[in-house]
Amino acid sequence: MSDLDIFNRRLDELEKLPLLKNEISISKALEQSGFSRRDFMKWACAMTAFLALPASFTPIVARAAELSDRLPVIWLHMAECTGCSESLLRTDAPTIDSLIFDHISLEYHETIMNAAGWQAEHNLESAMEKYKGRYILMVEGGIPTGDTEHYLTIGPHGKSGKQIAEQACDNALAIFAIGTCSAFGGIQAARPNPSNSVSLSKITNKTVINVPGCPPSEKNIIGNVIHYILYQTLPALDAYNRPKWAYALRIHDLCERRGRFDAGEFVHQFGDEGAKKGYCLYKVGCKGPYTFNNCSKERFNQHTSWPVQAGHGCIGCSEPDFWDTMGPFEEVMAGRLFDTVYGLGADNISDKIGIGVLCVTGVAVAAHAVIASLEKNKD
Amino acid sequence: MSKRIIIDPLTRIEGHLRIEVVVDENNVVKEAYSGSTLWRGLETIVKGRDPRDAGFLTQRVCGVCTFSHYRAGIIAVEDALGITPPLNAVLTRTLMNAALYMHDHPVHFYQLHGLDFVDVVSALSADVKKASDEAFKYTDIPYATGADKLLEVKQRLKTFVDKGNLGPFANAYYGHATYRFTPEQNLIALSHYLECLRIQRTIAQAMAIFGAKNPHPQSLTVGGVTCVMDLLDPSRMAEYMTKFQEVADFINRAYYPDLIMAAKAYSKEASVLNDVGVNNFYTEREFQVSSDEWLFEGGIIKNGDLSKVEEVDEAKITEEATRAWYADNEALHPYDGKTNPNYTGLVDGESIDDKGNMVHSKVFDTKGKYSWIKAPRYENLPMQVGPLANILVNYAKGNKIVVEAVDSFLKATNLPVKALMSTLGRTGARAIEAKIVADHGLKAFNSLVENLKTDESTCATYVIDKNKEYKGRFIGSAPRGALSHWCRIKNGVIENWQAVVPSTWNASPKDANGVGGSYEQCLIGMKLADVKQPLEVIRAIHSYDPCIACAVHVMDTKGNNLSEYKVNVNL
Repeated sequence: MSDLDIFNRRLDELEKLPLLKNEISISKALEQSGFSRRDFMKWACAMTAFLALPASFTPIVARAAELSDRLPVIWLHMAECTGCSESLLRTDAPTIDSLIFDHISLEYHETIMNAAGWQAEHNLESAMEKYKGRYILMVEGGIPTGDTEHYLTIGPHGKSGKQIAEQACDNALAIFAIGTCSAFGGIQAARPNPSNSVSLSKITNKTVINVPGCPPSEKNIIGNVIHYILYQTLPALDAYNRPKWAYALRIHDLCERRGRFDAGEFVHQFGDEGAKKGYCLYKVGCKGPYTFNNCSKERFNQHTSWPVQAGHGCIGCSEPDFWDTMGPFEEVMAGRLFDTVYGLGADNISDKIGIGVLCVTGVAVAAHAVIASLEKNKD
Repeated sequence: MSKRIIIDPLTRIEGHLRIEVVVDENNVVKEAYSGSTLWRGLETIVKGRDPRDAGFLTQRVCGVCTFSHYRAGIIAVEDALGITPPLNAVLTRTLMNAALYMHDHPVHFYQLHGLDFVDVVSALSADVKKASDEAFKYTDIPYATGADKLLEVKQRLKTFVDKGNLGPFANAYYGHATYRFTPEQNLIALSHYLECLRIQRTIAQAMAIFGAKNPHPQSLTVGGVTCVMDLLDPSRMAEYMTKFQEVADFINRAYYPDLIMAAKAYSKEASVLNDVGVNNFYTEREFQVSSDEWLFEGGIIKNGDLSKVEEVDEAKITEEATRAWYADNEALHPYDGKTNPNYTGLVDGESIDDKGNMVHSKVFDTKGKYSWIKAPRYENLPMQVGPLANILVNYAKGNKIVVEAVDSFLKATNLPVKALMSTLGRTGARAIEAKIVADHGLKAFNSLVENLKTDESTCATYVIDKNKEYKGRFIGSAPRGALSHWCRIKNGVIENWQAVVPSTWNASPKDANGVGGSYEQCLIGMKLADVKQPLEVIRAIHSYDPCIACAVHVMDTKGNNLSEYKVNVNL
């Protein structure tokens, strides 16, 4: 059986599920929002490419999107800054991606929902009950644990964030940790982590798909949902449970300044002549060579820009513990301690998975830069 | 018999906020408590790090005022190191700040606060033609309110309602006794609600042109900005200008007129003309638009007396934690503050649920500590900060731009200046502030273009001497009001950091004298139409545009032993 057949069979199964709350279908909603079928197919085509599927899959992706209205979503806020919600709600709100996101029926989301207090708590509890085993859980923020678990409480019953997240995980169909805080603990988990905040994956035995980034792009969030509907299984994940389709390449691999790197042309100081000419930012601390994400391809705010385009290096925000391992953000990684005065040196944390690899990459990149620069000097 | 109402989570805000009010048998609020229920400890985390990284960390205080804390973190370090950034960098930051204000204020009104004023379902019975005429009462050139447009909006709404799918409008307090808009006015506001969803994306893009992305832009650095290529590219500059103008147009033809409409419609509704809360107002200088010109000046007004404005003396700012979950209670200046978390939790009690029953609940320990937010004070007085404070102080000071804007707002609404000191005034002042930024923000753009003709510098150079000690601060304003960050640098790393932020001032718990912040004070005496639907309370609190992640922080200057924090062995 071909992949196409498998997908179609899965979509057939999904189609048999009832619509949420007998709402209008997503295709109707699209129509009402002024999107033509042609616009929709264009979007599906782009999303197909985004998911690294062959072009023949475009109709399948379109169908998957249309069937996303069978999926209720519960979004929880833990220890966070709301940047991930903002990313989702503010930058792309009226686009097709967002419409689909809205349409998969956000049963609970504190930043946009109208209900407050008791009514809000009831909404959450009844959604978890009504859609038991059927809802998609998305969590934003790190989760305080241990003696400091109650540093986060929500609702009139004063439940801890951890209790609520655990309960929501138990009955979820699929679980996504949205943003670096939920995926890896994030900034509150940075040294010395005074609230003992942990990633979502540390409080549940179920598989958590990590969608890191500070914040992640909306496309990475939506793409995961579409992917889930298509395959009905978890996507291929890397060592940090990030979907490979979005996080397999380094920022460096597709960087618009890569040619400058290869030519050995570097910015040495922000605002210098090299900065005006768009030289490579590696020597002012760009962490693109150590960071796995698709920013250099997708950019932000409808392709308006991204950090490297705006002349600042990548700070590595989709990597685990990047606050502790990637700083100082405006200095090269190779050959320095991870903390200048009080803290740990590089050796103390190199046993953590990946850091060693990154250091090796760092050395390789530095060597590459040296070679490139020698080559250039020869010219 | 008095009864307690708990609103937790208070939704459609940033962060985790709980409000508790105690009402008497006539449903009049006798006492109010405001507390945050999350602590992350970012200022502790900044310690020991490279000062150049501070801005990136402080930015993660909040993803909503996503530029404010980034800039504050960068400028506090610049102040400490004695760096003067090039004018190009200063003006670029102003342009990004303008985009933030023009994003934040409309989104606050339509998406977060608007449904406290707009009864969406009522719009279904609107007469489209009458609504179209109505829009002309508030502006000569109404925005997206032609009869055909309104008919389309109404039909979209009808489809939503008929199918039982209200989306973000679900579970609001439809038909609540304190809604004052006519169906036609509700329909106008609803049309603008939808337009705002589109326009807010445009202004986020405007910030991203110089800022790389939004939220969490990434183009500021200690000494200046990094987006020199964008500044030297006329097409990028034009892109900013065009997007700015498109959104300014929305503010002038939709947002601002809607506030005039709201002020007129609600001018007899007691619950929005309630007590102003704290009537001491504090604001800081903000919006540098040329080498020597700012849109807003700083100052202090006490006891609502507009005849006298004091200059701000930053030495008079203190914070204390008598009623907040920290160990050290005394009032200290931000440079000298100290705090360790001392969480004493919620206690068992009763409250009215959404059916009107008294039920077991976890409630604030109102005799003890009840919030992660500290109590900042100026000369031991609570202060109200935000657009209202900014507008009042600048009006009282005779700032020409502000006087003109306020006078024309008052004329259009037939309100006396005193009426601004209310929930309605807070919401109106935010629209006035947004309009001023929209009308005058491009001054900074023009200054930048002029300056770039002769000066392409975007970044100052500097050194950090590891043998020297530094201290510095940022004092300015965010969309929610006066903001300051205070830092000390020693051995080349951050020794101490703390932020005194807008929502800390406004959401402050009671202090040692039993005096609460503005959230708490503005609720006292308010009469609720229905204790099961405390819309009046939510509306009053939303009028401050709460930003609670910003407000929750730890002060940590001297001798705080990090090992006192519990280390979880499972990590």
